[in-house]
Amino acid sequence: MKMKRSTFYLAALACVTGFAAEGVMAAGEPSGRAIAVTCAGCHGPDGHSVGPVPSLAGLPAAHIEQQLKDFKSGARPGTIMDRIAKGYDDANFAAVAKYYSKIK
Amino acid sequence: MSSVSRRNFIRLVAGAGATSALALAGCKTPTEAGKAGGNVIVIGGGFGGATCARYLKKFDPSVNVTLIETNKVYHTCPGSNWVLGGMQGMDRIAHGFSKIEAEGVDVVHDWVTSIDPDARKVNLKGGGSMTYDRLVVSPGIDFRFDTIEGYDAQASGSVPHAWKAGPQTELLRRQLEAMPDGGTFVLASPPNPFRCPPGPYERVSLIAHYFKTEKPKSKIIILDSKPKFSKQGLFTAGWSTFYGFGTDDSMIDWIPAPDGTVTRVDVKKKIAYAGGDSGFEQEIEADVLNVIPAQKAGAIAHAAGLADDSGWCPVDQMSFESKIHKNIHVIGDSSIAAPLPKSGYAANSEAKVAAAAIVNLLQGKAPDEPTYVNTCYSLITPDYGISVAMVYDSVDGKVSKVKGSGGLTPKDGDNSLAAIYTRNWYDNVTNDIWGTGSI
Repeated sequence: MKMKRSTFYLAALACVTGFAAEGVMAAGEPSGRAIAVTCAGCHGPDGHSVGPVPSLAGLPAAHIEQQLKDFKSGARPGTIMDRIAKGYDDANFAAVAKYYSKIK
Repeated sequence: MSSVSRRNFIRLVAGAGATSALALAGCKTPTEAGKAGGNVIVIGGGFGGATCARYLKKFDPSVNVTLIETNKVYHTCPGSNWVLGGMQGMDRIAHGFSKIEAEGVDVVHDWVTSIDPDARKVNLKGGGSMTYDRLVVSPGIDFRFDTIEGYDAQASGSVPHAWKAGPQTELLRRQLEAMPDGGTFVLASPPNPFRCPPGPYERVSLIAHYFKTEKPKSKIIILDSKPKFSKQGLFTAGWSTFYGFGTDDSMIDWIPAPDGTVTRVDVKKKIAYAGGDSGFEQEIEADVLNVIPAQKAGAIAHAAGLADDSGWCPVDQMSFESKIHKNIHVIGDSSIAAPLPKSGYAANSEAKVAAAAIVNLLQGKAPDEPTYVNTCYSLITPDYGISVAMVYDSVDGKVSKVKGSGGLTPKDGDNSLAAIYTRNWYDNVTNDIWGTGSI
C-alpha cells in the first residue's frame, strides 16, 4: 500500500492535547492487526470461518504470505481475493500473515 | 452486572470525570484525569455500531462500553432481499445482542433523543441520561420524505420502502405473495448517495426469480432517479441470461433518469408519477409498489447537529471523529466517508478503524494508520452471484482507493461459487458483529 501519510492529524492532536509528537505513533504502514480485521468480513472473526471461505487463524505465516502473493500475481485464481490482494504490498502481506499465524 | 446498575455506575463515574476534565480542559483528556480505560457509548446496534462496541472491548478490555440500540432483535438489510425473493424467512436475518453482552458490553435497549456535546451526555427516551468520554454515533439512514409528493412515513405503512429491514420487509413480502400472476411490481430507486448502491437491483433480481418460479406472467418496472447504477453491466447481463432483459419479452424494464425519476405517488391507487422534471410525466400503475426515497443520516445525527447541508455527517477520515462536535465519532451510512460506499461491509471496516482510533485517543495517542476493505456480493438468482470489491487506505488524511485493487467479477468469473460465498460472507460478517449465527 502506498502511504503518503501526512502528519497534520498528529500535529492537530499535539496542539489540542499538549502531547509531544515523539513516540506516539508509527506513521506510514497499517499494522498487521489493522489489516487483519478487514479480512473478518469474509473470513470470520479472528479468521475463524463458519463455511467454505477458508479459515486463516493459526495458518503458518509463510503459507498465508505465499497465497496472497499468488493471488496478487494471478498464479492462484480467485473469485475475489485476486482483486483484493492487489491492494497490498509485500510488507502488508508479511504483517497480516504474522498476525493470523499467532491466532489459535 | 445488570444494565441498570451499570448505567448508574457509568453516570456516577463519568460525571466525576467530566468535572475533573473541565478543570484540566485544553491540557489533558478526561481519561487521564484518573480513570482507566474511559467510557464509550455507542448509539446503534447495526453493522457499524455493534462492530464498534465489540472491537472497542477487544482492543482494550478496560474501556467501559455501552451499546444503545432500540431493538432487542436486529434484522439486517443484507439478506432482506433473500426474504423478499422467498428464499429465506425472517429468522435467517435476525440477530440478538447476548454474545456482545457476554463479552462485557453493556447493552441498553433504549432510544437516544438528544446529545449534549458540551456536557458529553446523551438523553434517553426511557428517561435518564448517560455521560461519555467518547461517543460513537452509528444510526444508519433516515428518509428524506420531502422529496416525493405523497410519500411520507405514514404512507410507508401501505407502500413499503423496505430499506430498513424488519416489519417493512415482511409487509413487502406479504404484498408480493398476495399479488396475482400477471401483476406488476414497481420499484422506485433512490438518487445517490444512498444505503447499499447495488441493493435495489439485487432486490429486483430476486423478486424476478420468485416471479419466474411462481408467477411467470408478472412484470417488474424500475423507475430510477439515476442514469446509471452500481454493477450495472453485471446486473443487466444476468437479467438477459435469466429474465429476458433487452427483449420484448423481458420480465424487467428499467427506466433511467430523467424519465424514471419519481416525483409523486398516489399511495391509495398505487400509482407512481415519473419524469415530471423532464416535462413528460408518465403515470405508472403498480400492483405492488416499493418506494425507496432519497436518504440522509439517521435521526439522532440531525437532532445532535452532526450533519451538514448535504444531510450527512462530515468526519475526520483518520478517526471518524465529527468535524462539528469533538469526542463524537460518526460511522457507517451516516458518515461522509466516500469513496467508501454506504455498505454493511464498509460500516464494519470503518467501525474497526474508529474503535482502534478511540482506544488510542483515550490513551492520548494518535490514531493508527487506517486501512479498509469493501466487498459487496449480490445475487441475481439464488445460484448466481456477482461481486465488487475495493481496498482503501489513507492519503493526506483522506480515505482513498488503492490503485489497481478491487473491481468487479470478471466476465469469465465463477458465478455459482460467488453465490455460495455470498451466503458465507453473510454468516461470517454477522458472526464478526453479533456472534454466531442467526437467532
